[in-house]
Amino acid sequence: MRLRLDGVVKRFDGVTALDGITLSLSGARSIALIGPSGGGKSTLLRVLAGLELPDMGGVEIDGVPLPTDGESLIRYRRGIGTVFQSYNLFPHLTALENVTLPLVQAHGYAKEAANRYAMELLDRFQLSSHAGKRPYELSGGQQQRVAIVRAVAIKPRFLLFDEPTSALDPEMTAEVLDLIAELRAQERELIIVTHEMGFAKRVADHGIFLGSGRIVEEGPAAALFETPQSPELKAFLGKVLKY
Amino acid sequence: MSRRRFQILFARSRGNHEEIPRFGRAVGVTSALFLLALVLSFAFSRLNYGWNWEAVYQYRRMFVSGWLITLAISAASLAASLVIGLAAALSHRSPFLPLRYLGKIYVEFIRGTPLLVQILVFFYVVADAFGIGNRYLVGTLTLAFFAGAYISEIIRAGIESVGESQLDSARAIGLTPYQTYRYVVFPQVMRRILPPLAGQFASLIKDSSLLSIIAVSEFTLNAQEVNAFTYSTMESYLPLALGYLALTLPISMLSKYLETRYRYAS
Ligand SMILES: Nc1ncnc2c1ncn2[C@@H]1O[C@H](COP(=O)(O)OP(=O)(O)OP(=O)(O)O)[C@@H](O)[C@H]1O
Ligand SMILES: [Mg+2]
Repeated sequence: MRLRLDGVVKRFDGVTALDGITLSLSGARSIALIGPSGGGKSTLLRVLAGLELPDMGGVEIDGVPLPTDGESLIRYRRGIGTVFQSYNLFPHLTALENVTLPLVQAHGYAKEAANRYAMELLDRFQLSSHAGKRPYELSGGQQQRVAIVRAVAIKPRFLLFDEPTSALDPEMTAEVLDLIAELRAQERELIIVTHEMGFAKRVADHGIFLGSGRIVEEGPAAALFETPQSPELKAFLGKVLKY
Repeated sequence: MSRRRFQILFARSRGNHEEIPRFGRAVGVTSALFLLALVLSFAFSRLNYGWNWEAVYQYRRMFVSGWLITLAISAASLAASLVIGLAAALSHRSPFLPLRYLGKIYVEFIRGTPLLVQILVFFYVVADAFGIGNRYLVGTLTLAFFAGAYISEIIRAGIESVGESQLDSARAIGLTPYQTYRYVVFPQVMRRILPPLAGQFASLIKDSSLLSIIAVSEFTLNAQEVNAFTYSTMESYLPLALGYLALTLPISMLSKYLETRYRYAS
């Protein structure tokens, strides 16, 4: 995907979450967003997801500026698969219904076609035995995998993940990361915010290090992780890789 | 008797989960009722009271018509109170501030004052000023506004229980605001508010008895009149209690059932 950000600023009553993000990327298929807590990673991802409008600055994806009016924003969001840290699924719907809801309501599928297609997908990701279960009957890892299937089902232009495993224990983390790695292997484009540095190194071909709402350092993932330049990134990697 | 025989009288708990065998429940309910009957029959046997059911029986029609009127008034005011409650709950979220505060003031006033006063003010002041002469209509409206305040709080809590993260998810998958209400918020609010709503309906039925003070011929007023005609206080009021129980008990059971049915973690 081609990504151009030009001086993007986002403030929440007094707090500056994004403090002038400027970035120009082309050809990156998977991008890892890393950085300390409160650095602005989620906010940047939400801007790209069309969930948050920047106060200043411009965002262009594949040469098209991000829309600003309500209707076009809804259309824009329909083209993107977003997965949050947790509570992605609607608790009153089964796993299958969670997957078919956007297909039917936002993508014009007929009910049966959506069911058939969603079952196929759940099956492909070894989730078909859970199709009839509600979220509270699923483990955290299964919930996240269903959420990912829902995001993939709409054939999105790209996928956005905001710390999809940070609410999970290690075993479940592995099953979710495996799924994301599989999507990566299928050449799907994705941007992921993660604290799993090993994983970021493995799946990302580009890395962006955010601190205090600014891009402190960015570059090809291999170089970024192996030979960090800025003292901030060195300190950050030193801290998170210690354990 | 061995200890095992007694165990039928106790609920077994495993952690937070309680197990009550079917038979144990039957034994428990029967013995509780038996105890109650024992106490009551003792109390009544000590009472030096000349029972006179015949006199009251002649007025059975008044009981039936009063009971039906109570049912009708309760049902009508429930329907109206749902509309009022929904409007008040939504007004709490209105961006138009005068409307928002009107909703808040309404809820606080109704919940902070006795129904008795509301009935009197509504009947002698408001209804009079607006020329509503029909006391049945006035009574139904008063009850509706009274219950509406409580229902608005039930609905508001229901809407707020649908977390911000779910609304975010709904936006992220590209639902419109209408679709979000229709497919995400509304079904969950319905499930969550049905049990307290059923409870509110049971209260409404009992509260309707206060309409007797503005001479609405509902169940309570009719029982009072039968008492006045026959001087048989117990015989007039015991059927009254049973008549209310016949309405509220099924609703209370329905509310309990709905609570277990829709209990799921979110
Ligand atoms: N909706 C909001 N309202 C108010 N402040 C917010 C909001 N969202 C983010 N912020 C603030 O903006 C700053 C950046 O937050 P953001 O969530 O983007 O950080 P992050 O890098 O994702 O952190 P973490 O690793 O903890 O998730 C923080 O100071 C946060 O408190
Ligand atoms: Mg975050």
